[in-house]
Amino acid sequence: MMVKILDVVIAGLLLGGIYALIAVGLSLQYGVARVLNIAHGEFIMLGAFITWWLYTIVGINPLVSLAICGPITFIIGYMLHRALFTRLRISSASPAAFEGNSMLACFGLLFIIQNVAILIWGADIKGYSYLAFPVNFGGAVFAANRLVTLGFAIIIGVVFYLFLARTRLGKAIRAAAQDPAAAGLMGVNINQVLALCFGFGALMAGLGGTLLSMSYKIQPTMGLEYTIIALIVIVLGGLGSIPGSFIGGLLLGLVGSIVTYTEPGLSLVAYYVIFMLLLLAKPTGILGK
Amino acid sequence: MDIVRVISKRSFVLGLLLLILILLATSPLYAPRYTVILLTSIFMYIIITVSWTMFSGPTGYISLAPAAFFGVGIYTSAILGRALPLPLVIGIGGLAGFCLALLVGALTLRLRGIYFVMFTFGLVELLLHFVLWWEVNITGTTGRVVPSVDNTTVYYLMLIIFAILMLTAYLIKRSKLGLALQSIGQEEDAAAHTGVNVTMVKVMTFAISAFFMGTAGAIMATRWTYIDPRIAFNPLLSFMPVLMAIFGGMGQLYGPVIGAAIFTYLEEFLITRFPYYYMLIFGIIMVLAIVYLPDGLVGLIQKLWKRISERKYAYT
Amino acid sequence: MPILEGKGVTKYFGGLAAVSNVDFTVEQGEALGLIGPNGAGKTTLFDLISAALVPKSGTIRFKGEDITGLKPYKICRMGVARTFQMVKVFADMPVLNNVALGSYFGTSPGMSSTDAVREATELLKFVGLSEVKATPAKDLTLANQKRLEVARALATKPELLLLDEMMAGLNPAELAQAMELITRIRDKGITIFMIEHVMKAIMSVCDRIIVLHHGQKIAQGTPQEITTSKTVIKVYLGEKAHAGS
Repeated sequence: MMVKILDVVIAGLLLGGIYALIAVGLSLQYGVARVLNIAHGEFIMLGAFITWWLYTIVGINPLVSLAICGPITFIIGYMLHRALFTRLRISSASPAAFEGNSMLACFGLLFIIQNVAILIWGADIKGYSYLAFPVNFGGAVFAANRLVTLGFAIIIGVVFYLFLARTRLGKAIRAAAQDPAAAGLMGVNINQVLALCFGFGALMAGLGGTLLSMSYKIQPTMGLEYTIIALIVIVLGGLGSIPGSFIGGLLLGLVGSIVTYTEPGLSLVAYYVIFMLLLLAKPTGILGK
Repeated sequence: MDIVRVISKRSFVLGLLLLILILLATSPLYAPRYTVILLTSIFMYIIITVSWTMFSGPTGYISLAPAAFFGVGIYTSAILGRALPLPLVIGIGGLAGFCLALLVGALTLRLRGIYFVMFTFGLVELLLHFVLWWEVNITGTTGRVVPSVDNTTVYYLMLIIFAILMLTAYLIKRSKLGLALQSIGQEEDAAAHTGVNVTMVKVMTFAISAFFMGTAGAIMATRWTYIDPRIAFNPLLSFMPVLMAIFGGMGQLYGPVIGAAIFTYLEEFLITRFPYYYMLIFGIIMVLAIVYLPDGLVGLIQKLWKRISERKYAYT
Repeated sequence: MPILEGKGVTKYFGGLAAVSNVDFTVEQGEALGLIGPNGAGKTTLFDLISAALVPKSGTIRFKGEDITGLKPYKICRMGVARTFQMVKVFADMPVLNNVALGSYFGTSPGMSSTDAVREATELLKFVGLSEVKATPAKDLTLANQKRLEVARALATKPELLLLDEMMAGLNPAELAQAMELITRIRDKGITIFMIEHVMKAIMSVCDRIIVLHHGQKIAQGTPQEITTSKTVIKVYLGEKAHAGS
């Protein structure tokens, strides 16, 4: 019995680690840059596919791919923001209009990125095997790649937290998150910071995708579900709260593990039930204002 | 209500619309079969796009869930199609969309618009997962067969729904409900303080728009005959109406109609030749339209027309 | 019976008390002023009355009925209307439609189309905006937009009108017009509760004044009593009273 509970809880943390990572990425993009990036999952998918391609064609270790996919998705995100969202921010009549326009632009990006991936790699399911051997953890058995994933998710989370708290750029980001106009007046190059934030969000997604590809099969259409999960997590954690997204991700992963244990195939439904309960009782989420 | 209308202009437009309606109503008699089928698809997209614009246009609450209500209509046809006469099935399909929208609206439309967007974004995938699970675990089927209906009947059904929708959308726009919707989109707080029950107005209009999407789904299911959760709940059906409305322009009623007609035709043309390229192209057009066509094609034409007529006066 | 009564009204934003245990009464037919330094909680109090916000504690009664926590549209239809500090006109709608919205929805039951348009046209004449009735509201001057807000509020047939800094940003000519408009509104029998910084307007228009500071009521009385009150002077020390501007 105890083993079963441990099994489910740790599986929940493994799943939750990924959820936390991708949710923090989305939280950066929406909470700071105010772009509701509904194409977030596509960046995850890109990370996954590039890793797959590098491993199966070129033989590069997926953990090494972390250092390749991250920068790639970062650059794509950063360039997109400078080319597209900066422009929209200026031309939109109000902050609310900008949120709407940028979200719709991401809707377009969703289809662009997804179909580019299909054209390059084909629409079928792909996968590879890496570190798939079982590891015994207190009586419960887990695949090594999943534990490695959790480890890396935690490391990335901690590194990012330190970055936000200790570095000058991190402080600029936190200022921009609170009040972009005031931050701009304080000498923060707001366009640069927002673009970097968006890029960091894409970076998280890319890294998340790399880690995911080690344990799960991948498909060009995989992104949508992760975007939805990330959306629910940031609401659960509280819109605008980055630590909230992290905690929310772990919580939702736990829920997902419990539901998958009892009735697989209903995890998204369970997440939506939580979403609905939040909307009814506390839309501001755990750490939201 | 505001600007004085010249009587002759109004009867001209009315006469033109009547003529178009007659042409459309009689086209199965003289037009080739392919045209009738294409027109049916155009009606489908017009219905979804105009219903979408009816709510999301004036209020600014962007729904990403048309496919959900459409899909619910499809499933109504699949489940009830053999047991009940077609008009009743269509009505129930619309009602199903209506009820789902009431639920979604009651949950999200009391809150800030972003929750509405997020909730509707995932709704299609949610329904897909749920129906898939239900079909696999409870009813034990994967796909369902919908009793087929001949193309001409489907065409006329869509034409009727199209006509009713256009009339409804026109009447709403000109009524005090339309005024309320506009006021919500411009200054929701002020509207509430001016006596508008903003939540009720939003939820009811959203539900009415979903009704039409549901009826369209119920009818189109009979043309596809075989459906499964993946066919019924297809994210592309959420993307296309939004693209069509934005490209066409949401200010006037005919903007979405033009957008729907253009992209339905484009889709038919490209889908056989370039299956994945066409979705890519549409995605690019969406992004370009957001940046360069904020008021849509209709807005652009209106702007150009204004500039031309101003230049005319500059010479007098 | 006072037309509006608040007891112990309190509102917190985070840890800060924006409005703290405020009691107030507004007598039928009077013009009551609400003044205080910036950040004193004046607009927050209006938001609590009109139900844009819900108080943490305390009750608000309109004509004896408890209106605390009701929805804004209900309170509007009961007879409380307001204008906004940051003008909230419906920018893309013609001026006439802005007002007609109030005629349609501001009372229950609403009016028919012809009646509403007629009433809106009359109200535009009342506030002096007949010439611009077809202009989109965003193309109006600030002073006219403020008058539009008043016309819209009047369309809802209020017994109590909350005016939030109606005089702000007006030049002397516009100011005189605005004060004259308030007089004409009072002649209709409507009670007025107004937030103002423009002292000249408050002193000449209002029968009584309430002073808020840091969310608390620190004084109330006639204009005479307020201008000579030591507490009030201390609060305003260092601030230039807009007596002449």
